[in-house]
Amino acid sequence: MLYTNLKHIESAEEHQKIINENENVMICCGRMGPMCIPVYGIMEELEDTYKNVKFLDMEFDHPDAHVIRNAPECNGFMGLPFTVYYKNGKLVKATSSIQTIDQVTAILDKEFGAPVTA
Amino acid sequence: MEKYDVIVLGGGPAGLSAGIYLSRARLKTLILNEGTAGGQMVLTHEIANYPGVEKISGYQLANIMRKQAKEFGCDIRNNISVKGIELTGEEKKISLSDGSVYTSYSVILTPGGRPRTLNVPGETELKGRGISYCATCDGDFFSGREIVVVGGGNSALEEAVSLTRYASKVSIVHQFDHFQAFNHAIEEARSNPKIDFRMESVITAFNGSEKLESVEIKDLKTGGKYRFAAEGVFIFIGYVPNTSFLVNTVKMNDYGEIIVNNDMATSINGVFAAGDSIAKKYRQISTAVGEGTIAALAATDFTYQVKNRMKHELIL
Repeated sequence: MLYTNLKHIESAEEHQKIINENENVMICCGRMGPMCIPVYGIMEELEDTYKNVKFLDMEFDHPDAHVIRNAPECNGFMGLPFTVYYKNGKLVKATSSIQTIDQVTAILDKEFGAPVTA
Repeated sequence: MEKYDVIVLGGGPAGLSAGIYLSRARLKTLILNEGTAGGQMVLTHEIANYPGVEKISGYQLANIMRKQAKEFGCDIRNNISVKGIELTGEEKKISLSDGSVYTSYSVILTPGGRPRTLNVPGETELKGRGISYCATCDGDFFSGREIVVVGGGNSALEEAVSLTRYASKVSIVHQFDHFQAFNHAIEEARSNPKIDFRMESVITAFNGSEKLESVEIKDLKTGGKYRFAAEGVFIFIGYVPNTSFLVNTVKMNDYGEIIVNNDMATSINGVFAAGDSIAKKYRQISTAVGEGTIAALAATDFTYQVKNRMKHELIL
């Protein structure tokens, strides 16, 4: 179980619904481990700044997390968490292992544009 | 520009403990933290030796400390980046990369440390694609594969043993001819049939495009280099203090650790330090908490003295 303050994705159906209904989505798929927790923390921190992005997490060991684990963009990934970014339902960027806030914001800015705070 | 009584730089156990004590002493306190609150404490899966708590995850303990500090009125800003720091004057000034500027009467430095990297070609590119710094996180990706563990301390040997649950073979690469670990850890590693040892050797490069395929190993005795097939490399070579932003400010030793006295005071008046970034022998959550407490008490004394003096000068 992920005990973060992010909204959790609990099924493949919910994952599909979220990426269909939201233009910009960032999902961190991991465990409560040392490499994952800092990424959840960064996402919680950025939620207020990037109002144009939906931030969520999904438990890596959940059977339905295959939608992220087996994504072609995550092929070759061997480090948790798998962090994926969707634009209009399409996976546009994926990273493996721990990331810094600068790395995350660089991706958000590039893929989704500058933060919309209003 | 926002004014605080005390600014704490770092939100690990030392910084959060300082925040609790300072806020409880009714000092307007701000913790500025470059990462997630809790520092390296959140990286610990289970803590079983913290007095008064039988078993707890580092994440949970960090959250309790953060909540305590906030309930006493401490402000906390996480994932910030320090751009400038002025510590020498009576008014200390911290500038952040987002343009915020904060001032205070005293500062407590608790920036902690981070895992040391090898800093060789391919390491950054292949992180998460075969290179890992966490056996419990990524060990199961390497089931039935041959991997390498780098390091010779307790962490390296204990994690190498734990990785044999997944890997078919673990090769330990270590730069010296002996280990720095405790005897029981060395004996356990040496008696494990899945582990072999490449002593007096260092990795000089990581090879692979989509994922790690091999490493370049240099034999320090002969100077010869060879390519060694490995799909995974776990690096456990200790920690470095996060003090590079303090160069030319407080006095530090050759390892970049801050030198403090018994009151956790640094070489600059009104600046204190605690936790993993100070020069010391033992690094535990409990020692960081104790040092954070001492630093907070000393900073409280200092701050009230300054405030009282300024009030007195104003009256005169």
